[in-house]
Amino acid sequence: MNLAEYLFMFLVFPGLLFSGAAGLVIGWVDRKVTAMLQWRVGPPWYQNFLDTAKLLLYKETLIPKGIARGYFLGMPLLALSAATLASTVLLSANGSTRAGFLGDVIVVVYLLMMPPIALMLGAFSSANTLATVGASREIKLMLSYELPFLLALSVPIVKSGYALKLGDIINYQAANGAVIGSPSGVLSFLAMIFCIQAKLGFVPFDMPEAETELMAGVYIEYSGKALGFFKLAKSIMIFALPVLIVTLYCGGVGSGGVVDIMKGALEYIAIVFIMILIKNTNPRVRIDHAMKFFWGPVAFLAALSCVLAVMGY
Amino acid sequence: MSHKAHVPIGPYHPLQEEPEFYKLVVDGEKVVDVDVRIGYNHRGIEKISESKNFDQSIFIVERICGICSSSHPIACVQAIEDIADIPVPERALYIRSINQELERIHSHLLWLGLAGHFLGYNTVFMWAWKYRELICDIMETVTGNRQNYAMHKVGGVRRDIEREHVSYILTRLDEFLKQLDMLKGAVLDDPVIHARLKGVGVLTKEAAIDYATLGPVARASGVDIDVRRDHPYAAYDKIKWNVITREEGDVFAKTVVRILEMYESASIIRQCLDKMPQGPIDSNPKDIPAGEGIGLAEAPRGECFHYIKSDGTNSPTRHKIRAPTYMNFPTFKETVIGETISDATIILAGIDPCYCCTERMLIVDTKDKIFMNVEELIRLSQEATARIKEKMGIK
Repeated sequence: MNLAEYLFMFLVFPGLLFSGAAGLVIGWVDRKVTAMLQWRVGPPWYQNFLDTAKLLLYKETLIPKGIARGYFLGMPLLALSAATLASTVLLSANGSTRAGFLGDVIVVVYLLMMPPIALMLGAFSSANTLATVGASREIKLMLSYELPFLLALSVPIVKSGYALKLGDIINYQAANGAVIGSPSGVLSFLAMIFCIQAKLGFVPFDMPEAETELMAGVYIEYSGKALGFFKLAKSIMIFALPVLIVTLYCGGVGSGGVVDIMKGALEYIAIVFIMILIKNTNPRVRIDHAMKFFWGPVAFLAALSCVLAVMGY
Repeated sequence: MSHKAHVPIGPYHPLQEEPEFYKLVVDGEKVVDVDVRIGYNHRGIEKISESKNFDQSIFIVERICGICSSSHPIACVQAIEDIADIPVPERALYIRSINQELERIHSHLLWLGLAGHFLGYNTVFMWAWKYRELICDIMETVTGNRQNYAMHKVGGVRRDIEREHVSYILTRLDEFLKQLDMLKGAVLDDPVIHARLKGVGVLTKEAAIDYATLGPVARASGVDIDVRRDHPYAAYDKIKWNVITREEGDVFAKTVVRILEMYESASIIRQCLDKMPQGPIDSNPKDIPAGEGIGLAEAPRGECFHYIKSDGTNSPTRHKIRAPTYMNFPTFKETVIGETISDATIILAGIDPCYCCTERMLIVDTKDKIFMNVEELIRLSQEATARIKEKMGIK
């Protein structure tokens, strides 16, 4: 493949344009289902597009005085590009199992770690008290969920014969049934759902933003395009993380025909609904609760699933 | 060495949408000190009331707070009735009680919703406010308004409860109680809510007495006070009901007290509708003689106190109001310090603060010497604006 093809993949399909649009639509699904649960009407489907367009095109980008401008403005870009790249790698591996490269699972994991780190550095650079508190929560939260996340992630890898390639994991599941069909798969899937919830900053793990405590915390000094980039990066994450789960546990979103794609889509929607339900039936937990939760029960669950996987269950 | 930072909440509360300013001094996530500033929205209600006649001042005090727009007028008319020993027909007393309890239910539900919102639990927020609509519907049936009821007058009430409305009120109340059961289960049996609220922001019984707290805040700390029982007014001495108390003093206890009080209120309304005698609703008093009177009412947040002094003319010469939140505010020193920022917001909300009730102004008596007149104050303000503009580089 030449550079133009790569650029197309990154910028248009399945990268920025596609993932971004899909993320905004999923974001709308989240808002709409939440609204229905709360007896509200909810926004029209294009609301998120309008919001993003407004931020990117019309709103002024304010930069606080006396801060590191490079960090402050660079971090939204870093978050957006990392999220886009992660989504691109994930989707192209789903599109064709030969498209990936050895170790692309690990690359995706690292890329998915970038947006929270970028958000944290951006928040610290904005030198706002509330943003700093939010950023310190973001670090703590990341330290909490990364351990069970990686442990849970190792289950599909172990299951598929230590394959470090997304394509191989998908192929293994096509041949031997989905990972979620095994006991270790179920346990690690459960742990994974909680980690994803925290990675996305959904309630009950939205303490870095905590609108009612910190008034959007990490985002507080961001406006205009910079905020728009962060929001878009988050939308892409909302789209990509359920795809990751479907890829690792349910055998990929599928590209082998209508039935395959329908099955993938249904699994995807089911996972999104689980996330929205968790989000709407819980209050926000405190950061120390979250750390105890992730390092205690969730890490145990993930470790147990890992041991089971090695033992072949 | 630790670094202490200031976390501001306000001067416009991000959630309660009222003007106040909490300054939390934090060390990491832990709150080491708290300062509360109010007084951004002083309206001079007491002074305005003194320039109105007795009938008008009831409308003024009704506008102290949209939520307590039954408690303040009741306390006010009771103060006026106290001056002149005005008799109130029994039916009017029952109607006052019904109005008070409906107000209590809607206020507690409103708080429950906001508490959910504070915890990031928006589903509880929306559901609580949806069910509050049922109560607002009843309010509309009884008084003609959802808020600011204009129901009370000296010597009685303005509107009667029609016989055909009673069955409607009862069905709506039944509907509401069913939903309240569900809401109670969702809130009080949720393990995450337990983790967030239990043992958080504890106000001990001694501290509650020392700070002279009122209402649900005091009752959640084991202080068994309630104006409705201790100084009965309206029809509260004619019916059976319980004062809900809890010993723990944490935010969870405050939540439990408020939720259980809603059940008591519903039972009071039911009994009132049942026992209400037929008859006039107004004794049509004519003149208010010189004298002093006090009126007490148990507002949803605690004791609401009105003092009125009359010199025999048709308007009060002194009208003093003490709203319950004013007494509950200082407990923050006791409850917030030592907790984390996450908990601080819900503890601050735990007393159900009503800022508009709490606005105060300090008058410094300078013995008729004028330090500054209006022109000088305006000049000061203009100079300050110029300084800010210069600092920001705006021309």
